[in-house]
Amino acid sequence: MLTKRIIPCLDIKNGRTVKGVNFVDLRDAGDPVELAKQYALKGADELVFLDISATLEGRKTMHDMVLKVAEHVNIPFTVGGGISSVEDVDALLQCGADKVSINSSAVKRPELVNELANKFGSQCVVVAIDAKNVDGNWIVHLAGGTIPTELNLFDWAKEVEQRGAGEILFTSMDNDGTKDGFANEALAKLSEELNIPIIASGGAGTIQHFIDTFEKGKADAALAASVFHFGEIPIKDLKEKLKDNNIAVRL
Amino acid sequence: MKLVIINYGAGNIKSIQFAFKRLGVDAVLSNDPEEIKVADKVIFPGVGEANSAMKMLRASGLDTLIPNLKQPVLGICLGMQLMCKSSEEGNTKGLGIFNVAIKRFSNAVKVPQMGWNTISDLKSPLFKDIKEDAFMYLVHSFYAEACKEQIATTNYEFNYASALQKDNFYGVQFHPEKSSVVGEQILKNFIEL
Repeated sequence: MLTKRIIPCLDIKNGRTVKGVNFVDLRDAGDPVELAKQYALKGADELVFLDISATLEGRKTMHDMVLKVAEHVNIPFTVGGGISSVEDVDALLQCGADKVSINSSAVKRPELVNELANKFGSQCVVVAIDAKNVDGNWIVHLAGGTIPTELNLFDWAKEVEQRGAGEILFTSMDNDGTKDGFANEALAKLSEELNIPIIASGGAGTIQHFIDTFEKGKADAALAASVFHFGEIPIKDLKEKLKDNNIAVRL
Repeated sequence: MKLVIINYGAGNIKSIQFAFKRLGVDAVLSNDPEEIKVADKVIFPGVGEANSAMKMLRASGLDTLIPNLKQPVLGICLGMQLMCKSSEEGNTKGLGIFNVAIKRFSNAVKVPQMGWNTISDLKSPLFKDIKEDAFMYLVHSFYAEACKEQIATTNYEFNYASALQKDNFYGVQFHPEKSSVVGEQILKNFIEL
């Protein structure tokens, strides 16, 4: 049976991990390669690297990092942040990234999704969507949730699916950082209305939240950052608990 | 031992090259027929769309070379699919090494299948020391039907052939290069065939 995926997300700035990471067995917690290797050993199913570098110089270091991750890590990984063209994606895939995630560049120019799917295949195109519940309407936001768009989450998700996205990474800005659980109602609706995998993001605080997002939210994968980085939820414990709840996982 | 990864413009070959490097084997990327012919082992990768990948193979004459290779050849993902008789994707005629058709999953399941699933009914030296129901990473919308040449099955919508073998030709739908230590063991087994 296809298993549910657990995906740690690493924020990268100028080639280094930024969010505090508290791993006792790491020599250098700022080294994304070292951290990625540890996560692969601990049972993570995939990894996401999100480049939050503000400068061109910082972006360039991303290619070196991707190359090193591909060299040393034996599980799939996605790279996101600042990707806006076919050339950007080509360069990252050439360095060994398995998938790329695009967000605001797809909102600004939706044809980019078609171009990427046609050239590289849907399997490597993840469309990340950040949305907020505004008076009962899920509105897509840009720039980390600061800029609202005219787009409705469900319409936009369906549009990118039709354009060739292979997967949706949905972050609820209302849940992100709260540690109060994932936005399961919206997730379940996405999962029912679309026929591509949905990754839940934003709100992970406890193991129960992961159980809920797979059962109630019908998510195919769950992404989190701090609960993993600070060892609050060891991945092995999480997966064992999921298994106890009859949720298929790779152990 | 000389290992060649066929480089015809389709797919994430860097990852395969790196996986072999972790096993201490330097793989050469090549589309030169002479170099491919004399290799001890050949990897036939592929990611993307079947029809355009076949066009690239034909353009370089590799479509006639590959079925005539005598050394062990391992097709990965789309590589495996192109070694089959035909594919529903782009209504494509394949290399015909494996006598099986490639079809698309129905919309009863999410397409693509993306993630870790098990491989079972293992029967090939390729799976030496691999346990039944080992987890492999898969990303695909099209599958090989259950058939005589299958050496592993996976269940998604139904049981399908997730690995094939005929004589010196091997094909795997999953990505051993992305399937943790178990996947690396399969690559090691291939090198040691």
